Amino acid sequence: MDATAPILEVQDLRTHFFTQDGVTRAVDGVSFALEPGETLGIVGESGCGKSVTALSILRLLPPKLSRIVGGKVIFEGTDLVPLDEPAMREIRGNRIAMIFQEPMTSLNPVLTIGEQIAEAVRIHQGASQKDALARAVEMLKLVRIPDAERRVGDYPHQFSGGMRQRVMIAMALSCNPKLLLADEPTTALDVTVQKQILRLMLELKERIGSAVILITHDLGVIAETAKRVVVMYAGRVVEQAEVTALFDAPLHPYTRGLMASIPRLKHNRARRLAEIPGIVPDLRTPIPGCAFAPRCPLATDRCREAAPPLEDQGSGHFAACWEAGRA
Amino acid sequence: MIAYIIRRLIATIPVMLLVAVIVFLLVHLAPGDPASVIAGDNATSDQIAAIRATLGLDRPLWEQFAIWIWRVLQGDLGQSLFWNRGVAELILQRAEPTISLAITTLIFAVTIAIGLGVLAAWKAGSGIDRSVMGLAVAGFSLPVFVVGYLLVYLFAIELRWLPVQGYRPIAEGFWPWLERLILPSIALGLAYLALIARITRTTMLEILAEDYIRTAQAKGVATRPMLFKHALKNAAVPIVTVVGIGVALLISGVVITETVFNIPGVGRLVVDAITRRDYPIIQGVMLVFSAIYVLVNLAVDLSYTLFDPRVRY
Amino acid sequence: MATAATVVTPLISTRGGFVRFARRNPTIVIGGAMLLVMVFVAVFAPWISGDPFTVSPVDRLKPPSFADFFAAGKIDRFGTDNLGRDIYARTVHGTRISLVVGITVSILATLIGLAIGLAAGYFRVVDAIVMRVMDALMAIPSILLAIALVALTGGGIAIVIVAITVPDIPRVVRLVRSVVLTVRERPYIDAAISVGSPSQKIILRHILPSTVGPLIVQATYLCASAILVEAGLSFLGAGVPPEIPTWGNMIAQSRLFLARAPWTIFAPGACLALVVLSINLLGDGLRDRLDPRLARRM
Repeated sequence: MDATAPILEVQDLRTHFFTQDGVTRAVDGVSFALEPGETLGIVGESGCGKSVTALSILRLLPPKLSRIVGGKVIFEGTDLVPLDEPAMREIRGNRIAMIFQEPMTSLNPVLTIGEQIAEAVRIHQGASQKDALARAVEMLKLVRIPDAERRVGDYPHQFSGGMRQRVMIAMALSCNPKLLLADEPTTALDVTVQKQILRLMLELKERIGSAVILITHDLGVIAETAKRVVVMYAGRVVEQAEVTALFDAPLHPYTRGLMASIPRLKHNRARRLAEIPGIVPDLRTPIPGCAFAPRCPLATDRCREAAPPLEDQGSGHFAACWEAGRA
Repeated sequence: MIAYIIRRLIATIPVMLLVAVIVFLLVHLAPGDPASVIAGDNATSDQIAAIRATLGLDRPLWEQFAIWIWRVLQGDLGQSLFWNRGVAELILQRAEPTISLAITTLIFAVTIAIGLGVLAAWKAGSGIDRSVMGLAVAGFSLPVFVVGYLLVYLFAIELRWLPVQGYRPIAEGFWPWLERLILPSIALGLAYLALIARITRTTMLEILAEDYIRTAQAKGVATRPMLFKHALKNAAVPIVTVVGIGVALLISGVVITETVFNIPGVGRLVVDAITRRDYPIIQGVMLVFSAIYVLVNLAVDLSYTLFDPRVRY
Repeated sequence: MATAATVVTPLISTRGGFVRFARRNPTIVIGGAMLLVMVFVAVFAPWISGDPFTVSPVDRLKPPSFADFFAAGKIDRFGTDNLGRDIYARTVHGTRISLVVGITVSILATLIGLAIGLAAGYFRVVDAIVMRVMDALMAIPSILLAIALVALTGGGIAIVIVAITVPDIPRVVRLVRSVVLTVRERPYIDAAISVGSPSQKIILRHILPSTVGPLIVQATYLCASAILVEAGLSFLGAGVPPEIPTWGNMIAQSRLFLARAPWTIFAPGACLALVVLSINLLGDGLRDRLDPRLARRM
């Protein structure tokens, strides 16, 4: 592997959910790549398939309800999709770690946080309980939890939401993962804490040298943190670009809609928040054309009949839109 | 914590007092004269009068109750009419077989029930799950004595693997003691097992859907520690609660099981007292078993602190 | 807990028909069918079997024989007991006592428990006292309470029914009270109180209907456990008088012959298990259908 080879390459990933009411195409042909140490943002409304994409990479979806029906997840040169469970467990928490949205419910209430951090170290590095706990204290210090030696024996309910998310970060980074999946890591937190947690996460990521996939519905977070952005809608990638390029000239009408809905207090207090009209389509019925067409102000008959491919519209700025040129 | 335990113990006093009232009134409000009931059908009027005097039946009801409860509090549960000995002494003599049976049953039923319940929840919807749930319904439906005789017939009479009946004190050796308790424990424990397996499955199903289970999996935790360390410990409170409530099943079952397997325990003491109309024994055992039930459930409440750090007293 | 006071869903929807209902609720159909057969057997016992009381010393402990199964006067279909009595006839007649006790106890316990539970749940003054008494009743092992009652009064089927009903009442009271407490918090009860509806009317019109679903489920389980307890009491010699053929009595009288004549125990034992199983299956099916809250908890 040469230095610039991507650490992760997702190719045409398709994850479907099988329920009594039919098949939901939650992820429907998603592709993107990530270089070592890079921070990639994935944005989209809730239900667009961004979380399912992350869970598919780690293969953490409920096996009876869902299946990866197609595509590849190539991590450090190996496709993860066909791997068996023991091989996946070697990777989970070790080389790929994940942070979840809800710090209040994502930590086990009956185990001490020290035990929960130490567990991953024990599993993956074969450390003794004593060494693993020492590592847990070290990690707690790293995420700046005061009085770490004492707090390592505390239970999750003794921590605030922000502190719990720090614990989650400590847990995720305890084995120096090559890739960190952060699924809405700050959404459930107070606005004042959000920035601190985000900064902490990115600072530690630099120190450890992990690549990060940051999943969020908040374009503002992406603007501050990511190098490149993937915009998802209805299980598909609709736009992909460098952060600056995307913010300077968004090509997909959906991206423009998302941007219009960010409140900009500096510019115009009175301006009303623009919302994208309509609702996310039902993913149980196959969509022949562009999934955004029913909500799109620019939609033509062509948009409703054929799905636009994700194409390079110039200098690495990709968009899946027949009307990408029209502003 | 200790202050809390004391407060909770005090809180059981009204319930225990009411139990005592019910047990007391049962004899004294039942149709017919308790003295003649106690004396039996062939008693002379002199005998009845004598019993009435010893039991203080000529005094007002509340006074009788006060005297009786005062004696009970001092550990005097009255005199057996048949054995001519103290009821408390008789119960103590018969305690070992009953306690042995209760402990072996508890261990057998709880370990297997939790194992099956966890397995069924993990494999929810599968054939294994269905079999475990089917076994649970059967466990509720099979009467203790039918299961008991079936086991005796198969394993003691036909296969001759285990003794038919009886009891050996543990002082005479561990295996002679245990081999006579295996079949009774299975017969007695089946319904209890079914109850615990069901609550384990239901609780585990809920917990396996929690976010922190996904976190554990994202850490690379293997299936077994995921089930038994991360999930089961969270399921402990409802399971232990049902283990406590189910002790009622065990107490009722002990009476029948000891009869089926001819175990000379407290249950047999009561059953023998039925035909002899040895009423003080029935009263005494009722009081003791009720107290055990109340105390077990108090212990269950207190044990919540062991399983859930969020519970603090 | 929005489902606590589920409106009772119609048991058999008019659309779909029986096949669809059976497919969705297999346990209701299987349990119900088995129970119907047992009820049929109980009602027509004298017509479908011989005399359960005839003693025939020459025919003692005959094993079951299936030759000429339907021949009239045959007494060893299920074998005979130590007095040469027809076990088939005794088992068939035993169905009657079991079902009568089971059904009577579940109805009595439900009605009495419902009345006490409604009062306890609705009037706070009554609640504290009643619930302490119920706690105490729950603490006394039910079989001992029954034994005490039977031993004191000399037994008989009426006493057995009372003895089994009393310890079941607290279970019904607790269930009813919990439903009432949940319903009480609903805004429409406040509305009813504020417009001055009298309490009986509120209880009858608004609260009672919510208890029906859970109570039917509970009554089914009570019926099954009552049959088990009755058999247990008979087995211990504290139940229905020994001359009456009940399954518990039959097993108690045959236990010394287990090694020589196991059929004397297993015929009534199997019937007992089957009846209880069918009622429990019915209960499970009804629970899933009528009381999702209970279904989640069990």
